[in-house]
Amino acid sequence: MSDSAPILDVRALYKSFGHLEVLKGIDLQVKPRELVFVIGPSGSGKSTLLRCCNRLEEPNSGSIRIEDIDILAPGVDINAVRRRIGMVFQSFNLYPHLNALGNVTLALRKVEGKTREEAESLGIQALTRVGLAEKAKSFPNELSGGQQQRVAIARALALEPVIVLFDEPTSALDPELVGSVLSVMRELRESGMTMVVVSHEMRFAQSAADRVIFMDDGRILEQGPPEQLFNAPDHPRIQEFLRTIQAH
Amino acid sequence: MDLLISSFFNLDILEQAWPFLLAGFWMTIKLTLVVVPLGVAGGLAVALLTTMRSRIVKWLVVIYVDFFRAFPPLVLLMFIAFGLPFLKIDLGAFGAVAVAFLLNTSSYYGEIFRAGIESIPRGQYEAARSTGLSAVQTMAYVVIPQATKNVIPDLISNTLEVVKLTSIASVVALPELLFAARQAQSVTYNATPIIAAGIIYLVCLWPLVRLLSRFEHRQIALH
Amino acid sequence: MLDRLVDTFFNWQVMSEYLPKIVEGFVITIQLALAVVVSGIACGLVLAMVRSFRMRPVNFLIIGVVDVLRALPPLVIIIMFYFALPTVGIKMSAFVATWLALSLVLAAFSEEIFWAGILAVPKGQWEAARSTGLTFLQTLRFVVMPQAVRITIPPLTNRTIAITKGTALGAVVAVGEILYQAQTAYSFSYNPSPLTMGAIAYLILFIPVVYFGRWVETRFAWKR
Repeated sequence: MSDSAPILDVRALYKSFGHLEVLKGIDLQVKPRELVFVIGPSGSGKSTLLRCCNRLEEPNSGSIRIEDIDILAPGVDINAVRRRIGMVFQSFNLYPHLNALGNVTLALRKVEGKTREEAESLGIQALTRVGLAEKAKSFPNELSGGQQQRVAIARALALEPVIVLFDEPTSALDPELVGSVLSVMRELRESGMTMVVVSHEMRFAQSAADRVIFMDDGRILEQGPPEQLFNAPDHPRIQEFLRTIQAH
Repeated sequence: MDLLISSFFNLDILEQAWPFLLAGFWMTIKLTLVVVPLGVAGGLAVALLTTMRSRIVKWLVVIYVDFFRAFPPLVLLMFIAFGLPFLKIDLGAFGAVAVAFLLNTSSYYGEIFRAGIESIPRGQYEAARSTGLSAVQTMAYVVIPQATKNVIPDLISNTLEVVKLTSIASVVALPELLFAARQAQSVTYNATPIIAAGIIYLVCLWPLVRLLSRFEHRQIALH
Repeated sequence: MLDRLVDTFFNWQVMSEYLPKIVEGFVITIQLALAVVVSGIACGLVLAMVRSFRMRPVNFLIIGVVDVLRALPPLVIIIMFYFALPTVGIKMSAFVATWLALSLVLAAFSEEIFWAGILAVPKGQWEAARSTGLTFLQTLRFVVMPQAVRITIPPLTNRTIAITKGTALGAVVAVGEILYQAQTAYSFSYNPSPLTMGAIAYLILFIPVVYFGRWVETRFAWKR
């Protein structure tokens, strides 16, 4: 694959919940190894955009391609597509009845059909990447919020996705636990993972993002490198938003 | 299809059986109005006994409750209805049913009230006692009202079971709804009266079932 | 007075004469109870899982049938199966009628309990599992049901005990279980000692079960 062909290619995406139109024509291309940061006020459609990208929400119209596969096509094997797209949730959503390793290996065994031994060795590798190999036997309720989120990241990584979508990965964490999750994300970026991150961690965006996208009211209002968007945005709306964020 | 209608929904038969069924229905209502309040009162008494300090009382209550929870109610009823007359204690069918139900349902209601009372935090007792209420007053005005409110779904559920259970009174020839239906069936050689009795139970109890399944979904979703 | 009591309720001669019958009933009660528990809970589990597909017509049907089975007294259902169905040509033995009726009642109650358990599993669990490529059924089986079952165990145990005690209702249609044997022996001997034996047999059978229920309740109470 040439370096310029996008991994994720979203065109003219529309999504409504009943009468409420949440996405009003989104176009977004994410290239390999790119880290795209999505910011914007709550209710602007950021999470919905991410959730459409692996069809946890069904868009009303538009197209979404992952590595040139149209994931909205009628006959597509959505479960095969989904394991190529990692997803990390705000509320971790670890399975409470399985230990960390069990969380990471479930899909390896059931979706990819690997044996327990294969799955566990891959699972340990994934947990090692997030620095939690020694917690493999711990259950979610024995882990801190930051550790739980890192296990959730390992769960996504174990399937060797081509892209990982982060839906506010640090919003549910206590401030002192945010750093550990961000440093895992930073290492991921350095290893060349393609990522789309919805988050309010502006400092992380400034230092790690290739491109920042500002969404407002279901549209992409402006996008560009972090320096430009944070320091000299075209839209007064963005300045206003950045001021309210920094006020905290 | 015709066979189904003439066997199960035969209007001529229903017309003949209706007076019996109606009498049985009223007996079921009467029975319910006696056994439910008795069971609730008995259950409350059982639950209050478990809050007493005495170890012996607590043990006796646990034995009582477990004994009657392990005993199928029909077995208990037969024992009282057929066994006790040998001791010259003849309660009659209605009396036997009432006593059997009191023993059986008070242990179930008792467990429910106990769970409710245990759900009330210590602070409630302390607050009430600190304002000068006596122990009995604290129970009566502060603890039991809250406890009851907390276990309303369980109380309704148990009451539904008790009403359904009144049908076993037919076994000791108390002429309640099921007994009347079976009598009518054996006289008419037709199953319509039994189907009709089933429909009467359904019409009366279905609203309660709906209400309960609302409660249950909400309750378990809260955890 | 005491002599009289013993002679009436614990008459040695009557008891030894009918003990084999009670034992026979004991075995039948256990068979009936096990059959009801296995088929009832399995059926309830399947119904709850079918319901989670949220196909409207199917769910309305399940809710309707479950409601009917919860509203009707089990004895009425047994009598319908044994006395009413044969008039339209559906005949079954008393054992089958009792087993079927109690299984259906247990299936209805356990379906409701399992369904409430499934609803209690947060939506994020479904989403996380689906996002890793698990199918709907795999998610249900490996992620949702293990969590749902755990929270449903206490209410399910209590309900199962209550319905299993209903095996005594089989006596009404002459299933040869404990109560029926006791009752028959009582009417032959005209002495209530067989009823005492039957009562003791039930206690031997169900007191451990009640204690098991209590243990389960404390064991699973607030654990998730």
